[in-house]
Amino acid sequence: MTGVDVLLLALGAVAVGSAALVVGTRHLVRAGLYLVVCLGAVAGMYLVLAAELVAWVQVLIYVGAVVVLLLFAVMLTRAPIGASDDLDRPGWPAALIGGGAGLGLAALLVDAYRWTTVELPEAGNAERIGEQVFSSWVLPFEVLSVLLLSALVGAIVLSRPDIGAPRPKTTDAARPEAADGPADRAGDDAAGDRGRSR
Amino acid sequence: MRPVIPYVTAALLFGLGVYGVLRRRNAVLVLMAVELMLNAVNLILVTADTTARAVLPHGGQVFALFVIVLAAAEIGVGLAIVLQLYRMRASVAVDEIPLAERHAGEAGGDAGEPVSATTSGGASRAAGVEPEGLR
Repeated sequence: MTGVDVLLLALGAVAVGSAALVVGTRHLVRAGLYLVVCLGAVAGMYLVLAAELVAWVQVLIYVGAVVVLLLFAVMLTRAPIGASDDLDRPGWPAALIGGGAGLGLAALLVDAYRWTTVELPEAGNAERIGEQVFSSWVLPFEVLSVLLLSALVGAIVLSRPDIGAPRPKTTDAARPEAADGPADRAGDDAAGDRGRSR
Repeated sequence: MRPVIPYVTAALLFGLGVYGVLRRRNAVLVLMAVELMLNAVNLILVTADTTARAVLPHGGQVFALFVIVLAAAEIGVGLAIVLQLYRMRASVAVDEIPLAERHAGEAGGDAGEPVSATTSGGASRAAGVEPEGLR
């Protein structure tokens, strides 16, 4: 056990413990804050594993953007501040499947790697990562930018129902909006598709 | 460096994420558990990049960066869906969402096309929409 191993073990324990709190706590806001601890510990593991660029991108995007968005969603859905009792379903199947997946994967990886040691490469390789991204992986990179654009457009279309599916103008006034819930829109969309296909 | 430590950490994180996705009722908490699973995959990729020798150097780290970008896109669209769900139903409990639509007996409930057999009001409106699509 070297110092690197002790550091990885400590950070992994923090990550797993806070992840257990994320899926186990009864406070919605605290789940988001435990998620910050978990993602920060994983970023620390990236730093120890000589993946400096990934670590800082993790801190910037996950801790900086994703968790803030999740906390926004918690507040916009009027989550209660205190503990809420109706967050969980009865969870024996969930515990069985989740525990089976986690422990099975852990057993598989322990069996594959045993207690071998590996030399760490030298740290600080953002330049080499950039060379790889823009030489070998430039096509996935461009496809990913198209995907980000489509996700942006999709989020805007989803959050604005007035620019969604084209509505007929004649029956608009007589239609009770949001009375039937999502079945209303799904029915309209299917009807529109069938109308166009004929 | 013992690579078994980050690998086992990633496996346990993935298991906790699966447990959270299956256990939680609140859609925002389900998204948080999905983030846990994505982080486990990223940790596996980065550890494999450190421990294994590949033809293309640093492929694992590049893939981890791509997965982070995908997670950002996923969380944007997912939260838009969650907020739209809250606006429609005033609740984000995922087990209250009717996946199988209500079959109204008189509205031609053919099982092959469940969305067409929503409510009688929806069916009558659908009949009103169809000539609009023909124009």
